[in-house]
Amino acid sequence: MKAVLRIAAQFALYLPLMLLIGVFSTWPRFQVIAPGEALVRVSMTHAGARKVACRTRSAAELAKLAPNMRNPQDCSRERAALVVELEIDGALAWRTEAQPAGLQRDGASTIYHRMTLPAGRHRIVARLRDTADGPFNHVREAVLELPAGAALLIDFAADKGGLQFRT
Amino acid sequence: MHALDAAFVRLERVFDRAFGAAANPLRHLGTLGYLMFWLLALSGLYLFIRFDTSIDGAYASIGRLSDAEWWFGGVLRSLHRYASDAFVVVVALHLLRELAAGRFRGFRAFSWISGVPLLWLLYASGVIGYWLVWDARAQFSALATAEWFHALGIGAEPMVRNFLGAEAVPNRMFSLFVFLHIGLPLALLAGMWIHVQRLGRPRTLSPRPLLAGFTAMLLALALALPAASEVPWDSARVPVSVAQDWFLLFWQPLMYATSPLALWAILGGATAALVVLPWRARRPALPAAVVSPQNCNGCGRCVDDCPYQAVLLAPHATKRGAFQAVVMAERCAACGICAGACPSSTPFRADADLVSGIDLPGLTVNALRARLEAALGKLAGDGRVVLFGCEGGPALGALADARTAALTLPCLAMLPPSFIEYALRSGAQGVLLAGCAPGECRYRQGLEITAERLAGAREPHLRASVPRARLWQAGDRVQDAAGLRESLAGFRTALKALGAPPPTRPKRARVAS
Repeated sequence: MKAVLRIAAQFALYLPLMLLIGVFSTWPRFQVIAPGEALVRVSMTHAGARKVACRTRSAAELAKLAPNMRNPQDCSRERAALVVELEIDGALAWRTEAQPAGLQRDGASTIYHRMTLPAGRHRIVARLRDTADGPFNHVREAVLELPAGAALLIDFAADKGGLQFRT
Repeated sequence: MHALDAAFVRLERVFDRAFGAAANPLRHLGTLGYLMFWLLALSGLYLFIRFDTSIDGAYASIGRLSDAEWWFGGVLRSLHRYASDAFVVVVALHLLRELAAGRFRGFRAFSWISGVPLLWLLYASGVIGYWLVWDARAQFSALATAEWFHALGIGAEPMVRNFLGAEAVPNRMFSLFVFLHIGLPLALLAGMWIHVQRLGRPRTLSPRPLLAGFTAMLLALALALPAASEVPWDSARVPVSVAQDWFLLFWQPLMYATSPLALWAILGGATAALVVLPWRARRPALPAAVVSPQNCNGCGRCVDDCPYQAVLLAPHATKRGAFQAVVMAERCAACGICAGACPSSTPFRADADLVSGIDLPGLTVNALRARLEAALGKLAGDGRVVLFGCEGGPALGALADARTAALTLPCLAMLPPSFIEYALRSGAQGVLLAGCAPGECRYRQGLEITAERLAGAREPHLRASVPRARLWQAGDRVQDAAGLRESLAGFRTALKALGAPPPTRPKRARVAS
């Protein structure tokens, strides 16, 4: 009888643990984005133009250099920061400036940003400037129908024509 | 912390009634962690055999396990899921229990600190396991993890870009996840091995009733609530909501509720706090055991019995070819178990100044003998009992009277069995041992070692000629003052029935008197 009671007590103590694990392994569901919303991600890795343009060395300058160092172009390493703007339905939704990586700031700039939008039709304009100054030299504009739960990726691929909208 | 410790003690005693102290899950949280690991390893082995390690095939292969083979593969899949959650639960309780009991400082610091990276390895193993299902939960979790790492700004190509397009995740990367889901648990196992390296005779196997009970519980859960996948991973969509595993993936919603950097600060700060805790909460260490090379014969019993691997054998200081014990002071708990194990710790030695091969400066064997002799000298009347207790056990002071001598040791296993015989031959009619409650030994194995010595299963053993009827051990109610008093009264009644012991006073006691 005592053994039966002990087994019953053990079962009574296992049960809460079983419930705890069973319930919280899947519940409550986590709402990643609100129903009726879509997600826009801006993600790009791109090296900007050189901050200072290359200069051609004179013959006298080249002569002073060791033979293996006679590069006709003298280029600084530092690259321009990327400036990105996102305009949605005529309003500026987001803007950032990403510095190049590296101690000499000679690496690629990396941008990652996520934002939600109400599902529906939106006019989206993405602008990128990868030079030290001047206007935005890459612009892409599109009117997109974004259903609820859709993911729009805005990327940059120089070999594919610049800014990309991918859904 | 005291309130938490008291709550744990109360809960442990409730569980003792149902499971018994020897198989109480709250007293075996560490071994339960090992049990969960092996359940995961065994179930994972089968899942790996049936798993298609490619982006296109992974989701379907897991789905087939749950649908076509629900009775075996599906159950193992669910068991794998629930064992990982149970692993988190027992590890969290293990951490809280040790923290509440203050078992993280001094000689325990190594075990504490080596346990901290295991938390990260456990989570890393579990999180990557969820990615292998390649469903919406995997998509959310992988992106969230990548965004978290992206916040650190490490690496030229951010990890998050690997998951943003269907074509961006090659099969080779998926193979990397599979590799990590095997490699990280192996690293976890190695860490678990290191974690117990400073423990003498570490227990990594759960008692059978727990092994059976936990396995049955997880199997029942697997059958009642089979684990299910979410919809397949779709890079063109965002999972609007996911069935979140709040044990393993709780930190991802926390990150979106705060920020990736805030999450790094929270988890990094918590990790740093756990690591520095042994130093921040440091207490003066008790004087470590010392070895007397002249009295040490290198038998190695203290090495075997030390619960924290603080004693080792080294070449003898003066005797060529012989060995002696050496104490690593920083690991010594000052429990005195080594002194209790030493063959030279016998009170029958005629030396006026008894020096043991290994001794505790705070309470030498010589001082213990002197205290015992002084207490025996004061005993009078019928039913004379010597009560030996330990610092982790009940307070014995209130029980001392003309018929009861009460002596408290750091640990009951510090008591060489010869002291029991010595007490019985020096005027005591009975010896009552009242150590910690079963399962609550402050120094892990004091009760076990004492029981083995008394049963003759461990050296130094209690001689067969010692009348066992004159030796009692307080039962499960030892921590309860009334229970101990009852035990003492019951012992006296039993002693009365035995009559007076034969007059066999040891030579040394006769000389002393």
